[in-house]
Amino acid sequence: MALALTGFSVAAGALLGWVNSVTAEPIAQANAKTLSDAIAVVVPPFDNDPAASPETVEVEGVAYKVYRATKGGEFVGAAVESSANGFGGTLTVLVGFDKEGNITDYSLLSHSETPGLGSKAADWFKKGAKGDITGKNPGEKPLTVSKDGGEIDAITASTITTRAFLRAVNAAYAAYTNQPVDAHSGATGQTDATSGATVNP
Amino acid sequence: MNGIIKENPTFVLLLGMCPTLGTTSSAINGMSMGLATMFVLVCSNVAISSIKNLVPDMVRIPIFVVVIATFVTVLQMVMQAYVPALYATLGLFIPLIVVNCILLGRAEAFACKHGPVPSFFDGLGIGLGFTIALTLLGGVRELLGTGKLFNMTILPEQYGMLVFVLAPGAFIALGYLIAIVNRLRKA
Repeated sequence: MALALTGFSVAAGALLGWVNSVTAEPIAQANAKTLSDAIAVVVPPFDNDPAASPETVEVEGVAYKVYRATKGGEFVGAAVESSANGFGGTLTVLVGFDKEGNITDYSLLSHSETPGLGSKAADWFKKGAKGDITGKNPGEKPLTVSKDGGEIDAITASTITTRAFLRAVNAAYAAYTNQPVDAHSGATGQTDATSGATVNP
Repeated sequence: MNGIIKENPTFVLLLGMCPTLGTTSSAINGMSMGLATMFVLVCSNVAISSIKNLVPDMVRIPIFVVVIATFVTVLQMVMQAYVPALYATLGLFIPLIVVNCILLGRAEAFACKHGPVPSFFDGLGIGLGFTIALTLLGGVRELLGTGKLFNMTILPEQYGMLVFVLAPGAFIALGYLIAIVNRLRKA
């Protein structure tokens, strides 16, 4: 009896080990592709491979991944991975900045917001949409919801999601400007980065 | 082929309610979940019916669970590698196929008493019934909730009743579908 159970478990384990060895490579590739596709969408055109060399920046004890994009060796912008607590759980967003610190685009990497309400965050803040955040610079003024005195229109019936999203974007900006000095040529300095991280009083 | 209407796991046997309610927010999600479950069901049915003579009666449940869990993990790794977008949508519900009572139910009630060939067709029939039920429920919820069907717009979005995409809508739509199926079975 114990022998049979052991035997079947060993056989199952062997099968799983084999499948794992076959799929490990495609899984890693698929994950890398998702990330590099997202980076390509959010930052200005580049010719290096930002996904290959993320920099880890720590702001107020939270670590952010910064993917720097260069073209012809010159820094053109960066994508920052940032997250915040939304309505249904953690909301992770990849925000792209140009070298002046303006938001170029963003991509919602993962979320568990309500389908049909908060899940609209995937398109709501894109260029031309109602809550457009592209071209804005969180260093001049942290992004806040219009209900809280800011200038971003919240997603209908999803203010909590919108607040979380904007918190993640502001935090991403703080991480972006916290980079070594040569990296943010033209971007606002470190003092502004701190104010960018805190929500409007 | 009893599984499609007469013994439909969702509408008649009322098994596997957790993935039924959780993954049917759209027709495509429901169909993917149904197909994923069907794959595991067919594999585990065939495997269990082939090894049934080697399995001591006292430990048959643990062994069945090991077999089912193995196929689910295989499916999970394969999906993650080749269809990451679908894997991201179904997410947690893929590993939860392990505890789907349809699988253990068919193993106990059918596969361990029959040969591999009938078990294969039993898995296929029940799996198809489950897939059809989930696609139907997903389609109804998607159409009423967002006005779309398989992501194609049928009705303008403002006619969508959001409640059908949310959890309560799943219960309401499922209840009506069960009522309709019951009526059809009696007729």
